Amino acid sequence: MIRSASDDQRIVITGVGLTAPNGDNLADYRQGLLEGRSGVDTYHVRYVGDTLAGECHFDELKHQKRKDLRRGTRAGSVGIYCANETVADSGIDWSTIDTSRVGVYVGVTEHGNVETENEINEIKAFDFDTRVWSHHHNPRTVANNPAGEITLNMGITGPHYTIGAACAAGNAGLIQGAQMLRLDECDMAIAGGVSESIRTFGIFAGFASQGALANNANPARASRPFDRDRNGIVVSEGGCLFMLERLSDASRRDANIYGELVGYAMTSDASDFVLPNPEQQARCMRLALDRAGLSAEDIDIVSTHATATTSGDIQECKAIRRVFGNSRGTLINNTKSYIGHAMGAAGSLELAGNLPAFHDGVCHPTINVDNLDPECALTGLVINEPREKESVETILNNSFGMLGINSAVIIRKF
Amino acid sequence: MTEGDIREEILDILESIAPDEDLTQIDDGVNFRDQLELDSMDFLDIVMELRKRHRIQIPEDDYVQLASMKSTVTFLEPLMKDIERV
Repeated sequence: MIRSASDDQRIVITGVGLTAPNGDNLADYRQGLLEGRSGVDTYHVRYVGDTLAGECHFDELKHQKRKDLRRGTRAGSVGIYCANETVADSGIDWSTIDTSRVGVYVGVTEHGNVETENEINEIKAFDFDTRVWSHHHNPRTVANNPAGEITLNMGITGPHYTIGAACAAGNAGLIQGAQMLRLDECDMAIAGGVSESIRTFGIFAGFASQGALANNANPARASRPFDRDRNGIVVSEGGCLFMLERLSDASRRDANIYGELVGYAMTSDASDFVLPNPEQQARCMRLALDRAGLSAEDIDIVSTHATATTSGDIQECKAIRRVFGNSRGTLINNTKSYIGHAMGAAGSLELAGNLPAFHDGVCHPTINVDNLDPECALTGLVINEPREKESVETILNNSFGMLGINSAVIIRKF
Repeated sequence: MTEGDIREEILDILESIAPDEDLTQIDDGVNFRDQLELDSMDFLDIVMELRKRHRIQIPEDDYVQLASMKSTVTFLEPLMKDIERV
């Protein structure tokens, strides 16, 4: 049981650094969610043409030089921005810490597609002469790149790697960070997820071929989980990295604590490449609850993964009904309706968007629901308007992905 | 291209490779590495840009010739003298 752990085994969130299509820090992002402000806009990607996406607009030069941007990757830049911001937010005096005790654990849905496509596009202009294939290709595409760039930028000599976990990656990065803190592999874990996926045409073309790419004349209305008129996913980029610490360390330095990670679980469907499995999703949520020593009735907000595909939304709703069907007080929301699907960053961004509810007591709604799909009419689903709750003590955040990867994390108010 | 044209071309390449640097004060007789923040990957970028822009292949053994502006221009002049400046 995680709840019975001693303070040096209890993991708390002490910093949040993020960039989302509708905000580059937690306060702006949260404000956007409460105001119903979408970050989805028109977007052009080569070969596919005009489409929609959630693009981030953080100041790339805040923590990097222009040369660093040229050499590195967009995922690296997103990660560097988020990591520096989470350190600043945590109040840790970076100049005094032992950076060999900092671990960097970054969830990614995929990495390397953007850079490979860029190179292929480049050599195409040279009749596919591979002699003009860049020597930067390998360091840009190694799977640890987004985490490694963070260590280079910040002088971190502790462990770093990415966690490839499809669209469950944001949660998976958080979980990995917590586990490494418990194993004493590090004293501070910069953990969460990032995505640069809007820079690869392949992800758009792939979803389009699958019949799962959203379109709408009004970009802000395109991402509409649970709505009967949804027509697919809006691909987004983004990042959210948390500063995780053991409670004993955070207490010692009197840190601001956003919440405690009291439960988590990851499971596999073992049933299909793309179709989700509600039975295993439900098992994942139950496992997280069991580990936290909580029942479904104890959860105040369930942050859903739903991406606005018909089958995905309905299957998750089935899973949620199995676990939360009798929990009248649990509110349910969705953040992709504002920012689209931030892929590797989705889990951590969607969790971050809900964390302020511990203090403002508001559950932001899932927006763009004009015509609720009856199969998604969950008790407690907060639609279009924020809902206040007397007290928000616990949040369960779902993140699922292709190949049947499921994750759920539970954060409790501290 | 004249030696002056080649020098301009190298400066143009350096502008993209080292966008944070002030290139107006480059001393042609001093090694790039002693006045600019360049590493081995950057020098490969110079080689790559010359390959892309002018189809010039520089053997690895000759990379050392790209140490300074003066040595670079001297090395490239016979290879680029028949190339017209765009």
